Amino acid sequence: MKVSIDPALCQGHSRCFALAPELFDVDDYGMASVIGDGTVPPALQHKARLAMSNCPEFAITIEE
Amino acid sequence: MTTEPVAEWASDYDVFDPAYVTDPYPIWAELRETCPIAHTDRWGGSWLPTRYADVSAIAHDIAHFSSRGIAVIPPPAAGEADPGGITFVLPPIGTDPPVHTWSRRLLLPWFSHRRVDGYEATARELCNRLIDEFIETGTADAAAQYAQQIPVRIIGMTLGVPDEMSDTFTGWVRDLLEFAHDDDRRGKARIALITYLLQQLEKRRTDPGDDLISELLHTEIDGQPVSDSHTLGIAALTLIAGVDTTWSGIGSSLWHLATHPADRQRLVDEPDLLPVAIEEFLRAYSPVTMGRIVHEDIEVQGCPMKAGDRLLLNFPAANRDPEAFDRPEEVIIDRQINRHVAFGAGIHRCAGSNLARMELRIAVETWLQRIPDFALAEGAEVTWAGGQVRGPRSIPVMFPVGSRTAAAPDAGCSAQTALAS
Repeated sequence: MKVSIDPALCQGHSRCFALAPELFDVDDYGMASVIGDGTVPPALQHKARLAMSNCPEFAITIEE
Repeated sequence: MTTEPVAEWASDYDVFDPAYVTDPYPIWAELRETCPIAHTDRWGGSWLPTRYADVSAIAHDIAHFSSRGIAVIPPPAAGEADPGGITFVLPPIGTDPPVHTWSRRLLLPWFSHRRVDGYEATARELCNRLIDEFIETGTADAAAQYAQQIPVRIIGMTLGVPDEMSDTFTGWVRDLLEFAHDDDRRGKARIALITYLLQQLEKRRTDPGDDLISELLHTEIDGQPVSDSHTLGIAALTLIAGVDTTWSGIGSSLWHLATHPADRQRLVDEPDLLPVAIEEFLRAYSPVTMGRIVHEDIEVQGCPMKAGDRLLLNFPAANRDPEAFDRPEEVIIDRQINRHVAFGAGIHRCAGSNLARMELRIAVETWLQRIPDFALAEGAEVTWAGGQVRGPRSIPVMFPVGSRTAAAPDAGCSAQTALAS
């Protein structure tokens, strides 16, 4: 599984960072980025799906 | 001012009508089905979308919907009586790009995760100190004695203003938002707030501190200092937007727990669930409705909107749309899929959302730790305020008597420590 963020859609809600800090980081402006290349270890796949389904901007994509 | 009770919500709604303030949910449900974008001629006229898709699309369409008018009803004689020759606008939320872009960039770091983490210990101390004042009595007003007291003091820290101004600030903010339909109260509060902040600007110009106003006074944008109007506006926005809103959110959360014992007990037993539950309270009881001004004529879902028309971004109704949420009228404190827009959407996403979430979490967590068993007092009359910001204003509760904490540190001192860090 791989997770990615569309920086043009992210508005800094920081929901992904709150739900899955192992996978996402945010800067001082709230803009989110994936940690590393976005590869999601099996143990964190549930958290990745949670982050995606709580983003109000629909900015997170998951490739299974 | 119009005070006739509303009979026809689709064509004559009133966001200050007592029925709307007390229980808007069935009204929104009916409108979503029958007339998803309602219209009224009251309060200068406005449009009111109630579906998630429409609210979100309009929030993102900054080309057609300007933020130069964000109040739910137009201000009285805008700007004419403002002291000091100040043009009173509220950047970034009350502006469009380019002012929005640079002012938001200045403001956001003040409410970043890192900065907000530094306020957490102070917030917890403050909550404990407030609880100490009533825990030995077995009764309290969870809105007036607790929720209302928290955000204003944290925001006061960021602005570097003294703690004893808290009640005055609360009064001004209530007059500006909750009593916006009362021209006299709204006008006086506006002038009092501007006058106070202008004095603060003068003070910080020669004696700067570690606060937002001081930073703005010593910041340049493209080689030019930030204007006094903009500095004052950003400071005023921080105060106005950071008080009523979060206080309403804390109050609604405690009201829910006072009236839903199973949810209360589950959060006592599973405190780790609290951040998820807070998001559900934000969804189900979203406090904030924001205004927009139609920039150029546009038709939305068959509604002919004209340039200059006011539109109310009904985030609270969007968050109860069955097209966007499973069982939206139920409060499910472990809801997994929750794309709520309580903090808005698009470029005006609430700049203080990190701070609000922290305050909500600490306020509810501390309450449940100290007062795990509580309910509405017998014969309690819960009152609600509405309009721009909806939330409970009185929540009489009762609980088994508890004991004060030992030697709670003085919150005023730690506020300074947190700011310095």
